[in-house]
Amino acid sequence: MKRLAIILALLIAAPPAIACETFTTGDITVEQVWSRASIGTQRPGVLYMMIRNEGAADDALISISTPIAEKPMLHETTVEDGIASMPHAMRVPVPAGQTVELRPGGYHGMLMGLTEALEEGASFPVTLTLEEAGDLTVLAEVLSMRAEAPECDAAQ
Amino acid sequence: MTLRKLQIALWAAVALVLIGTAGFMLGARNEEPVAAATFQPSFALADAAGRERTDEEFRGKYLLVFFGFTNCPDVCPTTLAEVAQVMDGLGEDAAQVQPLFISIDPERDRQMGLSEFTEAFHPSILGLAGTADETRAAAESFKIFYERQEAEASPDGYSMSHSSALYLIGPEGHWIRQYSYGTPASEILADLQTRL
Ligand SMILES: [Cu+2]
Repeated sequence: MKRLAIILALLIAAPPAIACETFTTGDITVEQVWSRASIGTQRPGVLYMMIRNEGAADDALISISTPIAEKPMLHETTVEDGIASMPHAMRVPVPAGQTVELRPGGYHGMLMGLTEALEEGASFPVTLTLEEAGDLTVLAEVLSMRAEAPECDAAQ
Repeated sequence: MTLRKLQIALWAAVALVLIGTAGFMLGARNEEPVAAATFQPSFALADAAGRERTDEEFRGKYLLVFFGFTNCPDVCPTTLAEVAQVMDGLGEDAAQVQPLFISIDPERDRQMGLSEFTEAFHPSILGLAGTADETRAAAESFKIFYERQEAEASPDGYSMSHSSALYLIGPEGHWIRQYSYGTPASEILADLQTRL
């Protein structure tokens, strides 16, 4: 009976979303990698994720590359005295033992020069370059334009 | 002796004034942050169809106003997504609230398409993009800030910095309050529902 309930629960649950997958290299784990659907390719896209450093040494995300954008960059949105701007971020520190979020209103990947429109439900690869851990290729899921975060149950 | 009485009377008067001032300040603190200096923002800006829209035509409705630009992938979609949630959450009361997206990068936004951007978030959001002068005038009347920032790596070589709050204007056209960037949609919705 209990087994049946589990099977039913599995059947009812939506298929695991790509945004809820985790990617690991060494002490670095990356999850909840997502982007927003775009209208065409004219406007820049965006990239968010969570990076966890389980090691004893500090690391940092220093660049991103993806076939979906000609000019991907790291940005940091800052709101000072209520005024928002988003300067280029040379590096996103990922201190030892900590989780750093690229999320709306903070650090984000800025995907300029989209090579194709980002359709909701699609996914694309992104290679992250970390100062210490080196390269890690992850998959980003394209969520709706109205999304604010992926819905993953009990992440971490 | 009379001098002493006068002294007491004067001190009593000072105390009364102090108590009164404190009471007034406490009272004022309960009001909306800007309510003490309420003002009537105004604008005359073209919509996506090129028709001029002014603040006056929206009297009787609450306005939820955001200044931004469509090339902004982070702050602007986040805020518009919240506005969309608020509008959905209002249900029937949504008819009493008009959300406005005022472009502070109007020339580029007109070229790229204003309505397809706002409609992607919610059909009720009205996008406005005037001339440079009209935009400056609207921003000044709302007392908000925006500035073009040259940035070589950005699309077209520039980006915009801008006030990121959401502004609530009352049915008589008076400024009521602002919701600072990041205020959860549920909070904005609850606040609006107390007013409708
Ligand atoms: Cu950016």
